Amino acid sequence: MIKDVLKTLWKDKFAKIALIVLALIYFALLFADFLAPYTKDFSDRTMSYVPPSKVFTIDENGKLSKPYTYNYLREFDQNNLEIKYTLDRSQKHYIKFFSKGQPYKFLGLIPMKRHLFTTDNGGRIFLLGTDINGRDVFSRLLFGGRISMTIGFLALFVLFPIGLIYGGISGYFGGITDTLMMRFAESIMSIPSFYLLIILASILPAGMTSTQRFLLIVIILALIGWAGFARVVRGMVLSIKSREYVQAAKSIGASDLRIILKHILPQTTSFVIVAMTLSVPSYILSESGLSFLGLGIQQPDASWGNMLKEAQEFTNILYRPWLLTPGFLIFVSVLAFNVIGDTIRDVLDPQSKMR
Amino acid sequence: METLKYIFKRILQTIPLLIVVSLISFFIIRLSPVDPLAELKLNPSVSPITVQKEKERLGLDKPIIVQYGMWAKSFVKGDLGVTSTGERVSQKLKERIPNTLLLTTIVILLTWLVGVPLGIIAAVNWKTPFDRVLTVLTSIGMAIPSFFFAVLLLIFAVKTGWFPIGGLTSPNFAQMNLLAKIFDLAHHLVLPVFVLFTISLAGLQRQMRANMLDVLDSDYVKFARAKGLSEFSVVYKHALRNAVNPMITLLGFEFAGLLSGAALTEYVFQYPGLGRLILEAVMKSDINLVMASLMMGAIMLILGNLIADILLIITDPRIRSKA
Repeated sequence: MIKDVLKTLWKDKFAKIALIVLALIYFALLFADFLAPYTKDFSDRTMSYVPPSKVFTIDENGKLSKPYTYNYLREFDQNNLEIKYTLDRSQKHYIKFFSKGQPYKFLGLIPMKRHLFTTDNGGRIFLLGTDINGRDVFSRLLFGGRISMTIGFLALFVLFPIGLIYGGISGYFGGITDTLMMRFAESIMSIPSFYLLIILASILPAGMTSTQRFLLIVIILALIGWAGFARVVRGMVLSIKSREYVQAAKSIGASDLRIILKHILPQTTSFVIVAMTLSVPSYILSESGLSFLGLGIQQPDASWGNMLKEAQEFTNILYRPWLLTPGFLIFVSVLAFNVIGDTIRDVLDPQSKMR
Repeated sequence: METLKYIFKRILQTIPLLIVVSLISFFIIRLSPVDPLAELKLNPSVSPITVQKEKERLGLDKPIIVQYGMWAKSFVKGDLGVTSTGERVSQKLKERIPNTLLLTTIVILLTWLVGVPLGIIAAVNWKTPFDRVLTVLTSIGMAIPSFFFAVLLLIFAVKTGWFPIGGLTSPNFAQMNLLAKIFDLAHHLVLPVFVLFTISLAGLQRQMRANMLDVLDSDYVKFARAKGLSEFSVVYKHALRNAVNPMITLLGFEFAGLLSGAALTEYVFQYPGLGRLILEAVMKSDINLVMASLMMGAIMLILGNLIADILLIITDPRIRSKA
């Protein structure tokens, strides 16, 4: 079945592009340490809000040259009372490929120093400029993406087992159990999800390590979504449990739990796959919204949402548009997930005409 | 009569729901390690007597179940306590809820006015380039993070100067005559409405298109065609009625989604709505305000669903007979 899905995805023009885009993004995130010229925590305090570096391949005499860049000089303009950045043309900094830079651990294991590109003697290369602390936006995009693009999946892996078992038990036993369990799920759904999200995020105690915080946000995202999912599963279980093979399993004395786990829930697989792919984007969006408000992933860790936090200031969005790049990445990856989700639904649920 | 009875039953069902919702929210908030009165105590303009009153009203020295009982009692009476700045919570909510309702109502009306026709047109022109283009456009609309879109529109507003930057009214709003007031409100509403409209249009259009395709495939529509009815009357007289019914159920969901989506949009546009209120309350850990706005959000959502259900009872006779 998975083969069929992949085949159809590859045949569909849009889905193919989406798959390639996502593959590229995840590839870049996996090798972020190597691709990024700087580490996540690198900051040059003298270089805050530097615009993107200009890369030249043709030198001042009009001849082709190795790619080089100039550093920026920060000046305070007395007349307009603003800080200006001008290129320091006195010294060229050649871009070096595969040479040694800041140390890191490749894939978190192997200590390495080589980066895809760095600059020589004291040069700085900021492909997408820097933020308020003089940190390279391009590097942080790669590291932040690791969090933004995985948090949704992790939340789903917490949420789906809960939803499946809850919905399974509720639908299978029926009667008063069903009524009580469903009323509870419905009341969770009756709280506007974003309100619940920010409240849960706000009661997280301060002073957690970034890993703890990350995991708790995963759990919070999962707590928001399980109820709706459990309700649909319950509906499916209601129709499955009256089938003959379930009756047969009952008559040979299989336990309730075994029937639910081994006979009923596997029947919902295709729905689960569709629901999962379709809900990844909404978790990416939730995380970014939460971090945008400052309730999600905290500094100095990066996520696409908390990088966009700087876009809350007018001066930033007007004069420093490079700070908006995380927003475009969120848009592109959510779009890609949506396209793939739609195509998968076409394969697994041919009756649906949502596309 | 049957219909009324069913509606009455449906209204009664919301009461236990509200109780459970309030229990959940109460315990979530009490789980937090924050002292609910910390802000109030630190605020020099709030007198110790008010703090003491709040302490008694919330019953903070009593077990949590008793606390819940006291909270619920005063909530039903309409006493929601004071905010950390010493204002009455109920007053604050009274200012903010109409604004959020205004925003969401306009968005829902607009999405229905645009989304339903677009869904029908897409279904009638199924798999034509027009349909394809619409699908691509709606996918794009679904993928933009609302807050990011809002930020982009703010840049647009600042650069062109065509729209006010945030807020709901101009500073001189009080001096305007009625016509100017309405124009001023509309002017401020354009951008937030546009953000929420773009984001919620996609879902509605797709659902309408799917319903319409389902109905157009059914036997009675084939029969109507076979009878030689004009395409117009097949689509708009026979198919449309059945295709719209499921949309009414969606109305409740749409309202829920809008309440959540509006929070971020309100925040970016500095729009004085419930969403921004709860955000600010959460950030200041203003417990009374958080609890009250959470309940209000839930009540609005439950009411939205209730209205959708009642509309459905009125439009769809099959549900009445089931009840």
